[in-house]
Amino acid sequence: MKQNIVIIGGGIAGLEAAKQIHNLGYQTFLVEKSDHLGGHVASWHRLFPDMIATKPLIKDMISAIKGVTVFLETQVNDVEGVREGYRLSLSNGINITAQAVLVASGFQLFEAQRKEEYGYGIYDHVITNADLEAWMNGNKDQRIPAAPKAIGFVHCVGSRDLKAGNSQCSKVCCMTAIKQAIEMKERFPNAEVYCFYMDLRLFGKKYEDFYINAQRDFGIHFVRGRVSEVSETIDGRLQVKAEDTLIGRPLKVQLDTLVLMSGMCCNPLIQKLAEQARLEIDSDGFLKSRDNITNIIESGREGIFFAGACTGTKTVPETVAEARAAALSIHNYLLQND
Amino acid sequence: MIDFGFTLSKSSTVDLTTLDRSRYDQLIKLVPTARMCMNCGSCGATCTVGEYKGMSVRKVLYGIQRGEDVKAMLSSCMLCGKCTMVCPRGINTRNLILNLCKIYD
Amino acid sequence: MIKDGKQKIWADYQKEIPDDHWYYVRSCIRQNFFPASEKMFLEITRNVLGKDIYETPHHTTCGGIAYHADTIPQETAMTMIARQFALMTEAGYENYCPSCITSFGNYVETLETWREFPELEAKIRENLWKACKREFNKPKYLAHTSDLIYHWRDEIRKKAKHLLINKETGEPLRIVEHIGCHYSKMFPHKGVGGAEYPYVLAGMVESWGGQVIDYPERRHCCGFGFRQYLVKANRGYSVSNTHKKFESMEPYKPDAIITNCPGCPYFLDRWQYVIAEQTGKTYGENGYGIPVFTYEEIAGLVLGYDPWDLGLQLHQVAVEPLLNKMGVEYDPKAKYLGLNKEDLMRPEMPNSIKCC
Repeated sequence: MKQNIVIIGGGIAGLEAAKQIHNLGYQTFLVEKSDHLGGHVASWHRLFPDMIATKPLIKDMISAIKGVTVFLETQVNDVEGVREGYRLSLSNGINITAQAVLVASGFQLFEAQRKEEYGYGIYDHVITNADLEAWMNGNKDQRIPAAPKAIGFVHCVGSRDLKAGNSQCSKVCCMTAIKQAIEMKERFPNAEVYCFYMDLRLFGKKYEDFYINAQRDFGIHFVRGRVSEVSETIDGRLQVKAEDTLIGRPLKVQLDTLVLMSGMCCNPLIQKLAEQARLEIDSDGFLKSRDNITNIIESGREGIFFAGACTGTKTVPETVAEARAAALSIHNYLLQND
Repeated sequence: MIDFGFTLSKSSTVDLTTLDRSRYDQLIKLVPTARMCMNCGSCGATCTVGEYKGMSVRKVLYGIQRGEDVKAMLSSCMLCGKCTMVCPRGINTRNLILNLCKIYD
Repeated sequence: MIKDGKQKIWADYQKEIPDDHWYYVRSCIRQNFFPASEKMFLEITRNVLGKDIYETPHHTTCGGIAYHADTIPQETAMTMIARQFALMTEAGYENYCPSCITSFGNYVETLETWREFPELEAKIRENLWKACKREFNKPKYLAHTSDLIYHWRDEIRKKAKHLLINKETGEPLRIVEHIGCHYSKMFPHKGVGGAEYPYVLAGMVESWGGQVIDYPERRHCCGFGFRQYLVKANRGYSVSNTHKKFESMEPYKPDAIITNCPGCPYFLDRWQYVIAEQTGKTYGENGYGIPVFTYEEIAGLVLGYDPWDLGLQLHQVAVEPLLNKMGVEYDPKAKYLGLNKEDLMRPEMPNSIKCC
């Protein structure tokens, strides 16, 4: 009998894992709550560090899962432990008994309007990192003027923010801000571009090189200070306040567009899933792995595995690597149980 | 004018929209690598006169970006080159100081 | 500015405000600064709106000024507040409304502190018993008096004789709303509309026909700052903050400022004179300043009270430009007549800022 594997979440983790698991010969089901595959990455424009376009990347990933049963606009209503593994009832009325389940439910982007002081949804020219990517993908956005003179990026929006309920660093936003700052400078060479940061966390491959490019080749200004307050001027520009902590003085600047780097937060759906499948939640609010060193992709329950940002903030390559590792772990688990 | 015994205080706010960054812009044309400073502070830590005169290439470079007068700091530099040795970004700090002196002249 | 976005935030910060039976306490300083405002609150709520507002002469200061000027510890201030609650309890009320923003802030801070640290509440109850043999219930509802006027703003609108509309042009008057810091900055959920975009005064302005101005330094402190003003050596900081606000609001050409704190209208009003003396600059039209009002004064004008009965002659900045725009009738000759119609004499007029 061909064994059933259910993957919850059709983002890059789910897609990559589906491909691998299907190739290993299992009956693979991919359950996605939205109406499309590819998750957050699908709506992004380009990915650092090599500025790869996401559209063909996601297209390739989707075309690689032929043979996988995909349920779009579908959620998991219930998970029940049974003798053969887990019985999942889906919102489309279908029930599947799976020998293993992979949770790849990803993250939720921080809702920037919750940082009221930044005026997202109130001031005419405040946007998020995701809005900017959508604009670069060709979506019209009135909030970005035709010829901006000054553009700002606020790092750590809703991340490293205990009051917002997110102590975690969202990991990719520093790099995303620098990438987007460069992209804006390329489009608007005469604009001054400012990045407001607390720390620059540029840990990944070629990230620091990007930072050097941003400084040396694009003249992007880095201001070490968290934006405290945004307001609108009479001519519809934005006034931004921060402390220039490197010089110990308050600082203000007028901008034509302000981009908020909304961070990765726990997907609220994991709460429900954790209750249904009796999974533990870690102290940071993400799903709890067997351990956080060598077993991030294993849950505390036999036959349930994790991949990607359901266990914490992840980069794209980390997520893809975890998805592959999870496929192999599932394979080994099923071989042992045979 | 009435003397109230107090007056409006001068604001210390850096206004990036209006401040004069022309010295910095001139410097960047002459020493493009100056843009690469990441404010690590190695130069100030190793500076021979830093502890006596407050000199630090980092402060000089940051100061001119914030419209501050850094002339006094510049004049205390002995051009010994220790800051050039320690700069992890390889900024030619001696060149930077000499060019900035020219801009001030 | 996207109005929908603000409305979403306002919807998140609504508080329950009972419609009647309030125990009222006065501010220490408002009767000196704006002498008719508290009287007008009682007049409007009792006689115009027919509400039961109870007041006792036995209440004291809440200790807020001393607390914020670092001269008494918090426990002392809390014990004074406990005594006020005891007076409310003895009078048979459970809805408490202070006229002062700092009092309101202190009451909220005290109740929240007791909620977090019940042992402290027990200690304060003991202090109060030792000091004056009184006991108290905590108020069921706490609202600032501006919350109440906000709550009844549409009833006031229905009885309005004048609106915040320029009678000549028919355009809404441009109103700056300024919220006292202690209203909601410490506890955003205790204020109508929260702390970033408070709605308490904006709601009144909108209801009464005006247009609210949102200028870059809207959230900034009026400049009072307690010790910044109380210590003369610090007063430069106080007036500088006020100056910063006026420089920021100037391009919007405000017709008036509405406030809900004892200190804010005082400093926004008086400092305009000091700024004019020191810099030669005035912020209103034709050499006048921008008139500054308490919300009770604006409510009084809307309801058609005589401006001199509202105590507007005690303002430093002339209020007449706004009265003219609103079409409020007034007798310029009666401006400096006392309640007994006796001449109170004219104040000395400054040269730096035009006054009437």
